[in-house]
Amino acid sequence: MFSKILIANRGEIACRIIKTARRMGIKTVAVYSDADVRALHVRMADEAVHIGAAAASDSYLNIERIIAACRQTGAQAVHPGYGFLSERAAFPRALQEAGIAFIGPNPGAMDAMGDKIESKKRANAAKVSTVPGHLGVIRDAEHAVQIANEIGYPVMIKASAGGGGKGMRIAHSADEVADGFARSRSEASSSFGDDRVFVEKFIVQPRHIEIQILGDKHGNIVYLGERECSIQRRNQKVIEEAPSPLLDEGTRKRMGEQAVALARAVNYDSAGTVEFVCGQDKSFYFLEMNTRLQVEHPVTELITGVDLVEQMIRVAAGEPLALRQEDIRLNGWAVESRVYAEDPSRNFMPSTGRLTVYRPPAECVQDGVTVRNDTGVFEGGEISIHYDPMIAKLVTHAPTRAQAIEAQAQALDAFAIEGISHNIPFLSALMRHRRWREGRLSTAFIADEFKGGFVLRAPEGALARRLAAVAAAMDALTWPRQGGAGLGPQARTVLLGEQAHAVMVDCVPGAWRVQDVATGETLRVVSDWVPGQPTWHGSVDDETLAVQVRRIAPEGEEGVLLSHAGTRVAARVVHPLAAEMLRHMASRAGARGGTQLRSPMPAKVLAVMVEEGRAVQAGEVLCIVEAMKMEISLSAEQSATVSRVVAQPGDVLALDAVILEFA
Amino acid sequence: MTASVSVPAPGWAELQHARGRLTARERVALLLDAGSLSEIAAGAAGDADAHGDGVITVQGRIGGRAVCVFAKDFGVAQGTLAELHARRITRLQQHALRSRMPLIGLYDTAGLRLQAGLAACTGFAEIARHAARAQGVIPQISVVLGPCPGADALLASLSDFVLMANDDAELYVSGPDAVRAVTHTQVTTQALGGAALHAQESGLADGVCDNDVQALLKLRRLFAFLPSRQGNGWRAEAAPWPCLDDAGREAPALDTLIPADDATGYDVKELLHEIADAGDFMELRPAHAANLVTGFVRLEGRSVGVVANQSAVLAGAIDDAAARKAARFIRFCDAFGLPVLSVVDAPGFLPGVAQEQAGLARHAGALLAAYARARVPLVTVVVRRALGAAGVAMGARALGADLVYAWPQAQIGLIGVRGAQALGGLAADAQQALAPSTAASAGEIDEVIAPRHTRACVIRALAQLAGKNYLPQEP
Repeated sequence: MFSKILIANRGEIACRIIKTARRMGIKTVAVYSDADVRALHVRMADEAVHIGAAAASDSYLNIERIIAACRQTGAQAVHPGYGFLSERAAFPRALQEAGIAFIGPNPGAMDAMGDKIESKKRANAAKVSTVPGHLGVIRDAEHAVQIANEIGYPVMIKASAGGGGKGMRIAHSADEVADGFARSRSEASSSFGDDRVFVEKFIVQPRHIEIQILGDKHGNIVYLGERECSIQRRNQKVIEEAPSPLLDEGTRKRMGEQAVALARAVNYDSAGTVEFVCGQDKSFYFLEMNTRLQVEHPVTELITGVDLVEQMIRVAAGEPLALRQEDIRLNGWAVESRVYAEDPSRNFMPSTGRLTVYRPPAECVQDGVTVRNDTGVFEGGEISIHYDPMIAKLVTHAPTRAQAIEAQAQALDAFAIEGISHNIPFLSALMRHRRWREGRLSTAFIADEFKGGFVLRAPEGALARRLAAVAAAMDALTWPRQGGAGLGPQARTVLLGEQAHAVMVDCVPGAWRVQDVATGETLRVVSDWVPGQPTWHGSVDDETLAVQVRRIAPEGEEGVLLSHAGTRVAARVVHPLAAEMLRHMASRAGARGGTQLRSPMPAKVLAVMVEEGRAVQAGEVLCIVEAMKMEISLSAEQSATVSRVVAQPGDVLALDAVILEFA
Repeated sequence: MTASVSVPAPGWAELQHARGRLTARERVALLLDAGSLSEIAAGAAGDADAHGDGVITVQGRIGGRAVCVFAKDFGVAQGTLAELHARRITRLQQHALRSRMPLIGLYDTAGLRLQAGLAACTGFAEIARHAARAQGVIPQISVVLGPCPGADALLASLSDFVLMANDDAELYVSGPDAVRAVTHTQVTTQALGGAALHAQESGLADGVCDNDVQALLKLRRLFAFLPSRQGNGWRAEAAPWPCLDDAGREAPALDTLIPADDATGYDVKELLHEIADAGDFMELRPAHAANLVTGFVRLEGRSVGVVANQSAVLAGAIDDAAARKAARFIRFCDAFGLPVLSVVDAPGFLPGVAQEQAGLARHAGALLAAYARARVPLVTVVVRRALGAAGVAMGARALGADLVYAWPQAQIGLIGVRGAQALGGLAADAQQALAPSTAASAGEIDEVIAPRHTRACVIRALAQLAGKNYLPQEP
């Protein structure tokens, strides 16, 4: 076994690998760029070596520097994590030459699976199910119909040279194929100057399901069940789970055996993943193979009890797999959410900056429920523009899917992050989505269910009443400062967004009793929260609840923002008299007018599309900025007239810097 | 003597509500603790009515602590100042002074009553004389909730703090007619004295609110930060304020507040929110001279005045406006027994002809003097640069600070590293000279502290200084 390994990666995956290595008694070496001097993986490792500038090409992608770091520290092996160098065959080859072991598959297997066409050929040869289709040239419409009849409907007719949906048709019958073939061919000819088209099976409402495999250098290969990753946004996985709610034992076994057959065909000798696209009828077709540890590997670890990183290290050191296929049993259900630094209500625009608050829910195993949080950040740390904006992977495991989802929902509610925008409200809303809870998934889930983008809603009905009770109980903590407070129940009005809840609040031993004056309903609130804590933990009528509490900037004079279950609302508790007087102030609301377009992130202005005095419509692009090497268009949220252009092309903007002012 | 008008006309309240405003009586009821209000009459003939002559004068409590309040009533003679009106306010001022109660004035008035003639002028002078004598003796706060022209503008400005609310609130010495007559230019009353002008340019307004209710609730919050009477003086810790926050709470985020790059700014208010009890920090004059932050924080229940260089604006350099803002605030804290916490990242004074013309030397000198003369506990935390005279002017040990702490990245000395290099020095030598350890061995700082421990450190320092004898002398 190795006595020291180097991790050629950063962030949560580097930290996660260090944890396992430490448990195995192996010393660890971290590498870091200029941007990661203060990073968590650097602090966690036994040693750390600086390998270059912030840009990945100058540091985490620089093979020579990483090998030099191995030589300098005497590391005997390198774990590549995911991303960066993890799937470049040149890296294990260079390590081999330097006499350093690679904790991953042999480069030959990487080559074979790295090429899409090559990997499909290998898959066909290994009798792995691939999407049925005819890759040769199709002579005419008759030929196309004949092929379609063989494949089964619906089919997709695509231009060979195509892209962007041009020359693409979906046909549900022979007639449609004949018609579609002619149209696709003419479109292909006019658009691409190449009239070749091909036909393949069209999978309606596809799901993404992948098989985790594990091989050693002695020809042993096992599969560790599947993961379903159908909840995706622009081909980026958002939520993963294991097992899949779609599969049955038979399908799982068939998929697993095909994945093993493919791995065997390329002499695979580490942890890897075979991805399939599945129909709702449980038909499955090979997509590609990832020759590395996947981001979402923890869900597999939690249902199998196998530490995949440990297994990778052991097989890299030449040990034979101690696991046989019959040893692998799937136990319970695991769900993972990827917590990203991005703004879900602004089209998931990435966000960077300091994490002024970072308090994840406590990792624990309690009553059969496991909460695990894989992260590479810390409170005060920075989400930089240079790398992936992932903050953490929150994983929950429980005996059933429903319990795992409930645990995930609660853990998300208890996750406190401040300083940057993040997608927790979106994840939290997803966890409560009925279709997700019922397991009716497809890769178009987010596009279908969040058509106009994600909108943070105000809580309604019973949830609103519970949050009003929570706000009233929070306010009761400050009674001794308010003056005139005697014993006995006090009347207050909770202003929750647009709604006013008149309540009577009574302090009883160990709890507050909050009575809604309108309905007479009384809620019992218990909590040991004190002002200043970002997360309110407690219960309302014995139901456990976690609520995020933020003062409304700048000083909280106008109350707090409460976030829970993907909803958010401003809450303010006042005396009934003040509530009544505030009603009279309504006629003044909006008199100030004047809104602004502000920079959603630190960025550089590329172009301003409007001038002073211009009337703009909602949705019209106002300004283009560059951030994180991406061009981002900022558009009008409502119709307005531009009164002042503040930023000019070339300006560098801080977060929330004013770009335009509207009358 | 002019005849006094006594009560607002029927329908006045409805009219005010339709305009999104409250009546004078409603304002007072909202400001004071329920059931605490009692009338204070002028003690003169003709003052039988509580609304007498366009002003309400009462005593009550805010958060259980005694206070005197007068509210100009626009519903009666447009809240204008005449003889009885003036006598009622003067009587309230005397009452507040005698019993050492804070005094609050709510302004919503058309100014001096023309029909009253010279009597109005005399009345105004009497109020002004009492207000001036009360300075430094009792805290005085003005809230401008409507027009506040001419003589009333001067009266409101004599107080320690001014809040303004409503988009039609305006405070100016000379109205548009006078401006037109003298300068032949047409201006609106808003341009002459709107809340935005006093929040930014003049710096007269300590806080600006959207409406009456917000302003009165903000006033209650401000009042809670003011000291209470104890024995013969004002003491910050006398105000009852149960603290629920942990005095030893660490703030890990502060460890990374100061950017690695020396030339990069940061928001010092993040530090103030982090160290205060449950983030309880109230900023005063936020939009005026934003390169220096003044306000109150609560530390273990105790109210503390804060003066901090704002690195995010002008790199925290001190200009004439910042020096005036800080000096005035420190004098207030000193007069009323509030300890002062100084958070220092002072790269220097703002250079330039305009600054010298503005009299920077005198204003900066006044800032030095305010610190040097202060008898209240002074605690200073140097978070980054305390360079040259500007560093000293922010409450250095030699100027009289009781306890001085420094963060590990602090640079304390005469000139910065770049300045030293420009004069031919070595960067390493300069760094060594500026290191907090050097200042510590010279006795200029007491301790180098981890940023995350700042709250615990300052609270401990204030406890150590609790016995300091700083009762101001009563006139």
